[in-house]
Amino acid sequence: MLINRHNFLVSCFGALALALAALTGAAHADGNKAPPPAAYLQECGSCHAPFPAKMLPSASWRAVMTSLDKHYGTDASIDAPAAQALTQWLTASPSNKVSVRPPQDRVTKSTYFLRKHSEVSAAAWARPSIKSAVNCTACHTRAAEGSYSEREIVIPK
Amino acid sequence: MSLNYRIVLLAVATTAALAAAPAQAVTAQDLLAGYVKTTGAPANPVAGQAFFTEKHGKDWSCATCHSANPAGAGKHATTGKAITALAPAGDAARFTDLAKTEKWFKRNCNDVVGRECSASEKANVLAWLLTVK
Repeated sequence: MLINRHNFLVSCFGALALALAALTGAAHADGNKAPPPAAYLQECGSCHAPFPAKMLPSASWRAVMTSLDKHYGTDASIDAPAAQALTQWLTASPSNKVSVRPPQDRVTKSTYFLRKHSEVSAAAWARPSIKSAVNCTACHTRAAEGSYSEREIVIPK
Repeated sequence: MSLNYRIVLLAVATTAALAAAPAQAVTAQDLLAGYVKTTGAPANPVAGQAFFTEKHGKDWSCATCHSANPAGAGKHATTGKAITALAPAGDAARFTDLAKTEKWFKRNCNDVVGRECSASEKANVLAWLLTVK
């Protein structure tokens, strides 16, 4: 009898955990419904954090993806099929946050980005542990996996 | 033997066979051998270290992002993003995929040297990286 009750409770807990995981999974997405594909993390998340697709309008993404050999001062070129597939993913759901191409198509220069980070002082940006607005992983602890949930933010000293 | 037992036995045997079949694992040594074969000359790790840590007329050296001691983690010079160790001793996955290795050599040599690296330069650098602990 004791064993049956134990199993029942374990099953309940398991089901609850799964349900919570499903809920937080959707919530984590922060407007995107799923984490980025592995190819995006690999190709576009090595030198900087993989930016969420919603951070730029489609026109910006297309401009970036067709000039990867001159990518903000570096050569980030990838083979054409990979570039095409990634462009498709990036422009699949047009951003509902950024509709105007920011200066130089920079993620960190959109009015949306600036508004979201308006509480970060210039002094904070300059901290050696942060250095730059493009250093997402400095504060967004799961940015490398493509997650930017506010709950995951830890601002270093 | 009963039919059920035979089915189970077959399943177990198949799984074992599949698990035992070795994947075509490429090692860093394989990649190095490939570059050396292309050049026809032995790799020079001392030259490799020099090439890695010096600048080549532009702003960055390889070490700028990958660290002068690439057994440890590096950091992107512009974005600050953490880069795992480049030396296989620090990251066993490094240099086990020829396509990936060639892709990154192409891009990063373009940034650092302003051109593609020769097979000899790649051989020297990889030979040195294999000595770094």
